[in-house]
Amino acid sequence: MFLTLFLDLRAAKVPVSLGEYLTLLEAVVRGAAGFSVEDFYYLARAILVKDERNLDKFDRVFATVFEGVVSQAGSIEEFLAQIPEDWLRALAEKLLTPAEMAEIQALGGFDKLMETLKERLAEQNEEHHGGNKWIGTGGTSPFGAYGYNPAGIRIGQKTNRHNRAVKVWDRREFKNLDDGVELGTRNFRMALRRLRKFARDGAATELDLDATIAGTARSGGMLDVHLRPERHNKIKVLLLLDVGGSMDSHIQTCEELFSAARSEFKHLEHYYFHNCPYGHLWRDNSRRWDDRIATWDVIHTYPPDWKLVIVGDASMSPWEITTPGAAVEEWNEEAGSVWINRLLTQWPAAAWLNPSPARQWSWTESIAMLHQAMGGRMHGLTLEGLDQAMRQLNRGAPGR
Amino acid sequence: MTKFTGTDSYIATPDLMIAVNAALTLERPLLIKGEPGTGKTVLAQEVAKALNRPLISWHVKSTTKAQQGLYEYDAVARLRDSQLGDPRVHDIGNYIVKGKLWQAFDTDPCPILLIDEVDKADIEFPNDLLLELDRMEFHVYETRQVVKAAKRPLVIITSNNEKELPDAFLRRCFFHYIRFPDRDTMQRIAEVHYPGIKPALLHQALTVFFDVREVPGLKKKPSTSELLDWIKLLLAEDLSPDELRDKDAKNLIPKLHGALLKNEQDIHLFERLAFMNRRGS
Ligand SMILES: Nc1ncnc2c1ncn2[C@@H]1O[C@H](COP(=O)(O)OP(=O)(O)O)[C@@H](O)[C@H]1O
Ligand SMILES: [Mg+2]
Repeated sequence: MFLTLFLDLRAAKVPVSLGEYLTLLEAVVRGAAGFSVEDFYYLARAILVKDERNLDKFDRVFATVFEGVVSQAGSIEEFLAQIPEDWLRALAEKLLTPAEMAEIQALGGFDKLMETLKERLAEQNEEHHGGNKWIGTGGTSPFGAYGYNPAGIRIGQKTNRHNRAVKVWDRREFKNLDDGVELGTRNFRMALRRLRKFARDGAATELDLDATIAGTARSGGMLDVHLRPERHNKIKVLLLLDVGGSMDSHIQTCEELFSAARSEFKHLEHYYFHNCPYGHLWRDNSRRWDDRIATWDVIHTYPPDWKLVIVGDASMSPWEITTPGAAVEEWNEEAGSVWINRLLTQWPAAAWLNPSPARQWSWTESIAMLHQAMGGRMHGLTLEGLDQAMRQLNRGAPGR
Repeated sequence: MTKFTGTDSYIATPDLMIAVNAALTLERPLLIKGEPGTGKTVLAQEVAKALNRPLISWHVKSTTKAQQGLYEYDAVARLRDSQLGDPRVHDIGNYIVKGKLWQAFDTDPCPILLIDEVDKADIEFPNDLLLELDRMEFHVYETRQVVKAAKRPLVIITSNNEKELPDAFLRRCFFHYIRFPDRDTMQRIAEVHYPGIKPALLHQALTVFFDVREVPGLKKKPSTSELLDWIKLLLAEDLSPDELRDKDAKNLIPKLHGALLKNEQDIHLFERLAFMNRRGS
C-alpha cells in the first residue's frame, strides 16, 4: 500500500524522494498521527507534499490508493503491517535516481539502512508498547500517540468531530491551486509579480562610498560605514517573439507581460521572427519586409550576459529546423537548428516559452525537436512554466 | 510530549494540528503557506503559548542574509573602539553579535523559532541555512567556537509565495498550506477573538464578509484580519444585524469602508455592482 502510494505519486509528477518516504514511515512509527486513515492522510500530506499546487494531485492519488482499504474497513495498522520487509529494496530497484542511490551508499549501503530502520522501529515499540513487534503482527497498535490499543480502531467505525460524510481527500479542496493554466488576463497580475521578483532576485548590499565619506567627515574622521542595497535592475533580457501563427494572441500577452515589467530590467529588447529564428529578425512587425536586421548583427550587439527568452509555439514542418531553404517566408541558407545553436552559444542563459498546450508537445515533432535543441529548456506559457523558466534563467545553466 | 491542539485564542484545524505535532515529534522545520491573514505568523506564537515555551521571532526582509541569523561581526564598532583606544577592542568576542538562530540555540527551555516570510529574502537565503537547520550547529569563524543547540528548537517558517523555495530546503521541511477558513471555522475564529459576541450579529457579519469575498474583480479580498478588525468596529459602533442587512449597497459601503474594503478601486467596484440589491431580490 505504501509502495503504491509512493509510486503513484511519482507517476503523477508529485516529486517525492526516498528521504521523505522514510520520514513518513518514521513518523507513523513514532505516533505522529492517530489511528484513522484521515489522520494518516494529513500526516502523509504534510510530509510528502511541499507545494500547494501539488495538493490536488496528492488527493487524487490518495483516493485511488486508499479506496480499497477504506471500504474493506480494515484498520490502518493492518495495512501498515502489510509492508513487506523488502519494500525498500523493491523501491530502490524500481525508481531511485542515481543521486538517490548514491545517497543510500553514503548512508552505509542498503543493508545498513534497512537495519537502522528496523532498529528504530524496534526501539519505538519497546518504548511505547512494551516490546510488541511491529512488522508482521497485524492487530496490535504500533503507534505511540495513545499508547497500546488492544481493540484497534476500525476505519469503518471512524467518525470524526464534524461527522463529515465525504472523505477529506475526495473533497478536492485544493483544485484551484494547481497552476497549469495558460497565461491570460486573469492571471496576468500574478505573472507580472513573479516576473518582477525574477528581476529583483539577487539583491545584495554594497558599500555606499559617497555616504561613507560624508559620514566619516561629519563624525570628525571617525569611520562611519554606510551600506545600501545593491541596485536591483541588473538583469538584461533579449526577447524573441514568434509572430504570424495561430498563437499570436498568447504571444502578445507574453510581450505585454515583459513590457509591463520593463522598468524592473536593466535592459529589455525585443525582436520578431516567424516559426523559428533564421538569418533575419525584425523589430517592427508592420514593416517586417523592409526593415529586417541580420541575426548576426543582433548576436554581435548583445553580450553573453543577456538572458535570451524565445516565445513561440514551435509548431512547423520539421524540415524548417533540419534543412536549409525550408523556411516558409524567407530563403534560409542555414537550417533552424543551426541558428538556435548560434543563439545559445551567444547567450547561454536561455529559455523558450511555448503557449501551445503541453499535451500537444509530444505529438508535434517540431516541438520535440526544438525542445531538444534548447537542451530541455522549453516551458509552457503558464504561471508554472514562467516560474520554471525564470528560475532556470537565474541559475544560468540548463534546467533539470 | 505535549501535543498542540490549538489554544483559547487560536483555532487549529485537525490537519494543522497533525502537521505541527509531526514537526514536533520528528524535530523537522514546518513550512506554513497560505493567503495573507490566515494566521501563519500568529501560529508560532500560539504554539509557543500552548507548549509553554519561549518564542524567538526572526522577521525576514529583502535584504536579510542567512549569516545574520547566526551572528554578525561588527567590524565597524571595533574599528571605532580602536580609534578611541577602548580596551574592549582586544577581545574579538565583544564584537560578535548573536543572531536569532544562535539565540534560539541558547535559550532554555527549548524555544519555538519563527522565521517569518522567508520568501522575502534572496532566493539563496533558504539554501544558506540548510546545514545549520539540519545540524542545529554552526561555527563562529572569528572566535573558533562551535555553537550547538542543546535541544532542537521547533522551527516554524512562513512564506507568502512570492518566491519559489529551493527543493533541497523543501525536502527537509514538513509543509502545511492553511486554506482560507470555511464559514464554520471562521465563526469559531471570530468567537475566540470576541467571546460573547451576539450570534445574530456574527451571523450577519459573516454573511456580508463571505459575499464581499465572492465579488469578482476585487483588488484585495478581505481576509481574516480584516474581518476581525471590522467586527471590532461593528461592536464599537454598536451596529445591529439589521443595519448590515441593508439592501442598498450605497448605504452599506460606509460600513464596510476602512476595514473590509481598503482601496478606492474596490469601493467604486462595489458602487457599480450594488450586489446586495441583487442578492436581496
Ligand atoms: N485560526 C485562527 N485562530 C484565531 N485567530 C486567527 C486565526 N487565523 C488568523 N487569525 C487572526 O488573523 C490575524 C492575522 O493573522 P496573521 O498570523 O498575521 O496572518 P498571516 O501571517 O498569515 O498573514 C491575526 O489577528 C490572528 O489572530
Ligand atoms: Mg504574517
